[in-house]
Amino acid sequence: MRSSILRRLLLVVITIVAGGLVSATLVRCAPGFGADERQLDSRLSSDTIQAIQNAHADESNIVRFFFASVCKTLRGDFGVSRSLNRPVRQLLQERAAVTAALAGKGLALAWLTAALMVFATWFVRSAALGLSVTLLSGTLLCLPAGVLALLAILLNQPAYAVIALIVYPKVHRYLSNMVEAVRGMPHILTARAKGASESRMFLWHVVPVIKREVLALAGVSIGIAISAAIPVEALCGIPGIGQLTWQAALARDLPLLNNVAMLVIGCVVLANSGADLLGEEPRRGA
Amino acid sequence: MKRLRVAAATLACVLVFLSVAGSLAPRFDYSRQDREHIGSAPSPGHWLGTDDLGRDRFARLLHGTRVSLLLAPAAAVVSMLLAFAIGAVPGFAGGFAERAAKTAIDLVLSIPWLFLLLIVRAMLPLNTSPGTSVTITFLVLGLLGWAAPARILLARARSMRQAEFIILARSTGIAPYRLLCRHVMPNLRPVLLAHFWISVPIFILSEANLSILGLGVAEPLPSLGSLLRELETVLSLRTDIWRFAPLVMLVMIVSSLQIAVSKQEVPS
Amino acid sequence: MNRRSFSLVVCLVLIAFLNTAVCLDELRFYLRSEPKSFNPLTVADDSSETVRYLTGGVLLRLNRETQKLQPELASSWTVSKDGRTITFVLRPSIFFSDGTPFTAQDVKYTMDQLMNPELHSPTGDSFRTSNGKVECTVLGPDKIAIHFPAPVAGLEGLFDQVAILSSQSPKKEMAVLGPYYVSDYKPGSFVYLRKNPNYWKRDSWGRQLPYISAVKLEVQSNRDIELMKFSRGEIQLINDLDADYFDRLSTLSPAMVHDAGASLDFEQMWLNQVQTAPIPAYKRQWFSSRNFRRAISSAINRDDLCKVVYNGHARPAVGPVSPANKFWFNSHLQAIPFDQKAALRLLQQDGFQLAAGKLRDRDGHVVEFSIVTNAGNRARERTATMVQQDLRSIGIAVNVVTLDFPSLIQRITQDFNYEAVLLGLVNVELDPNEQMNVWLSSSETHPWNPKQKVPATPWEAEIDRLMRAQASSMDEQARKKYFDKVQEIVADQAPLIYLVNKNALTGISPSVEGAKSVVLRPQTYWNIEYLKLAVERASNGK
Repeated sequence: MRSSILRRLLLVVITIVAGGLVSATLVRCAPGFGADERQLDSRLSSDTIQAIQNAHADESNIVRFFFASVCKTLRGDFGVSRSLNRPVRQLLQERAAVTAALAGKGLALAWLTAALMVFATWFVRSAALGLSVTLLSGTLLCLPAGVLALLAILLNQPAYAVIALIVYPKVHRYLSNMVEAVRGMPHILTARAKGASESRMFLWHVVPVIKREVLALAGVSIGIAISAAIPVEALCGIPGIGQLTWQAALARDLPLLNNVAMLVIGCVVLANSGADLLGEEPRRGA
Repeated sequence: MKRLRVAAATLACVLVFLSVAGSLAPRFDYSRQDREHIGSAPSPGHWLGTDDLGRDRFARLLHGTRVSLLLAPAAAVVSMLLAFAIGAVPGFAGGFAERAAKTAIDLVLSIPWLFLLLIVRAMLPLNTSPGTSVTITFLVLGLLGWAAPARILLARARSMRQAEFIILARSTGIAPYRLLCRHVMPNLRPVLLAHFWISVPIFILSEANLSILGLGVAEPLPSLGSLLRELETVLSLRTDIWRFAPLVMLVMIVSSLQIAVSKQEVPS
Repeated sequence: MNRRSFSLVVCLVLIAFLNTAVCLDELRFYLRSEPKSFNPLTVADDSSETVRYLTGGVLLRLNRETQKLQPELASSWTVSKDGRTITFVLRPSIFFSDGTPFTAQDVKYTMDQLMNPELHSPTGDSFRTSNGKVECTVLGPDKIAIHFPAPVAGLEGLFDQVAILSSQSPKKEMAVLGPYYVSDYKPGSFVYLRKNPNYWKRDSWGRQLPYISAVKLEVQSNRDIELMKFSRGEIQLINDLDADYFDRLSTLSPAMVHDAGASLDFEQMWLNQVQTAPIPAYKRQWFSSRNFRRAISSAINRDDLCKVVYNGHARPAVGPVSPANKFWFNSHLQAIPFDQKAALRLLQQDGFQLAAGKLRDRDGHVVEFSIVTNAGNRARERTATMVQQDLRSIGIAVNVVTLDFPSLIQRITQDFNYEAVLLGLVNVELDPNEQMNVWLSSSETHPWNPKQKVPATPWEAEIDRLMRAQASSMDEQARKKYFDKVQEIVADQAPLIYLVNKNALTGISPSVEGAKSVVLRPQTYWNIEYLKLAVERASNGK
């Protein structure tokens, strides 16, 4: 057990480092790296423009830069953001909690709503209900995040409601299909024939069958919520990691993006690993 | 329920046919600018009014629907196939393949692919035609959109490894690919279908968002995604009801098709 | 209820009212992005400039309404005949926000910091007309002379951008001389400014300015949200309103919006004339042709752009200077007529032929090129689409490509991998000396063909000569003559195709008293110290 956990942890660390290197390489190779809008300022002298262009000199060798920054990170120095002129560690500390709260509440609301809708359609076999639920999730899927964010502001709703509206239709669609797939299985028919109640059938005969996929979906939905936080925070002006990521991406701020990428990769990998761990069958002794 | 499915299927087919046929009709020119009638209300000449450049909204809706509904489902199929190949197959195989697949999926889920898209745009010539640009955009979306369903498929396939019917099938000496196609894939269909129905509108919207990187449709070619993005100004500028037509169209098509193909799944 | 209880209730109500009055005495508007620096000497973005304007004390202030310089911290100034020395007499008994006294030593300290080449200050670069050190001579506690190695045209006007720092305060750049100081800053969220308790200015009644106690600057880049919040009264100013939003707000409340007329800002496009650009040689040949550029310019319907994209809140541009720049605008320049027949005639002179709806050059190449512009600017995207339509009428196929800003900057300043660009120009300064680097062919920011070792064309050589002549002259009329000639050459050669001058559109809540919208930035709060909020009148019993 202990060796299994250690192996998983090692895999998580390797994944974070590999993912960080790939992310840093992508940022470095992307067009616009090293370009600064100050280069269009006609007041600047050629020396100043040259200094702006040389500011990224230490990032030219991406492998060297990445491993140097990982070593510094291990010592607690996350570097300085080029676009905001502030220590990255401070930026992350200020904003991580905001995004965690936003994504967490949005995710919880989305799952609660999706689960309730799935329960409702299990218990109430009504074409009208099924149609309404399909139309609702279809409409939410078709609305851009910008429109949802504006609607929330117009109606004075909290930003996490927008995250919930973005995540809910995806979670609901998967859950709904998983539950429907189990409905016609032989053991359900048997349980029904034996007079089991709908709630008992759902809790004892449906949930255990789809447990692994639901946990996998839960892990994936954390990644979806974090991705949704980027446009929502940027649009609603919430000072979280999402807004920071968007600003850093537009500015090609490598020190900041590098750390944010590793943080996000870490969250996603841990979430999915946790889901796997919870979904594992306990080993039986010989 | 059956009548509802038939009605939904009919509606979806009619809408798709109308958009394809209508977009081929010369009357519906999506790029002509009538600069004397900017942002006008519906009229006999312009059934859904005109947009901010005086272009016929109805024509743009037809053309945009055709572009998006041809390419988004294709991209969804690509991502579905990749999700099956990288999620379900290793999940069913187990061992190192499964661990490697999990790591790859986690990486793809969390890496900022925005920069890859920027690189793709930089590699394309500036004079790439709007049609080519939008095709490449949807292809890239399909190639990147497989990770989330792959995770779920992997979990599902893993749980099927020790299922009785699988053990029974194996004991008959069935070939591995036959086992996958005849016994595993039908049980994964619900997840695959869910992914497909989610992906179509998501890819349509993502294509519009990618215009900020220079990908996606280029003017004057419309897409449903670019028409939907205009809704962002509807709330703040003019809440004219006809501006919601692209949303209504997409919701009707996607929901109709979902209802049409939904049925009780009875796997083996 | 007995008397004691009643008194308690009255007191509680009064306290609540006063607290509310205090909370309401706060001006709120949005910054479009996070301020990158609170050091006034390194300001290079709009948001940081806003903070600098509201907190920085300057020696001279350009009155945004009259466009004339007026004394601020300096009560008077003189410029030597050779234009190399400026002497300031400072107002006495002025203190920074933290109580440290303001003296000539602070001006010397600020100039030393500003001109430090390691700082790479944009404001400092404006003063740097030649090599050599800038020397400051403190002539007394309230008098200082600043000597420049070479004449600086428009010298006094540059001091409008120089916020004086304290040489003694431990708070460094956070100790200020302006009407407000930065009291709180939540990154990504807001900057909170409070009234400077030591601000030197007083009104005609002897009351200390500013009237408004606090200013809250929230960070919000989304214009739809800004519009919503403004129409709800949650913010009171919008400094730069898009035409669509202007019209929307004017239907809700005409009193809230103001069109101050043509601003200094342009929309312009140019064709790539860089000789080493990775574009086909035949395209480079097209773009280098005066006839081709003028044909493109003639084929674009500027009136339609003003009408459709800006809803009439713009005017066709005639040259590099807006008519809002009263002194420097060349009023002899003619508007560029929309004439597609004339455009085709110009093209035919260069051997282009229109056949079957397609224009071809003399070698048979179909004339097509791409226009790149930055994504996210709806007006600019629409402008590009309209230009595409106009040029299609003369057989030219245009591909509109919107890119994110860093990719765009890389293409136009480093790779030169573009064919045509559509961008806006935001002019902050009136003096054309600030545009020196646009016009000098050797400059990094010479848009269509930067960093030329020798001028590639005789007309660029002539522009170089004229710009250097105006920079070294102290005679304003002579400078105007030189720069008028530059404008004429640019109008003739069309290296930059000027499209429209946008109007200065602003939103000002009726609760803000004393605000007057002007064309120069900052359009709405340029007289911040004299602004009042309607609630203030009630709390002062006026």
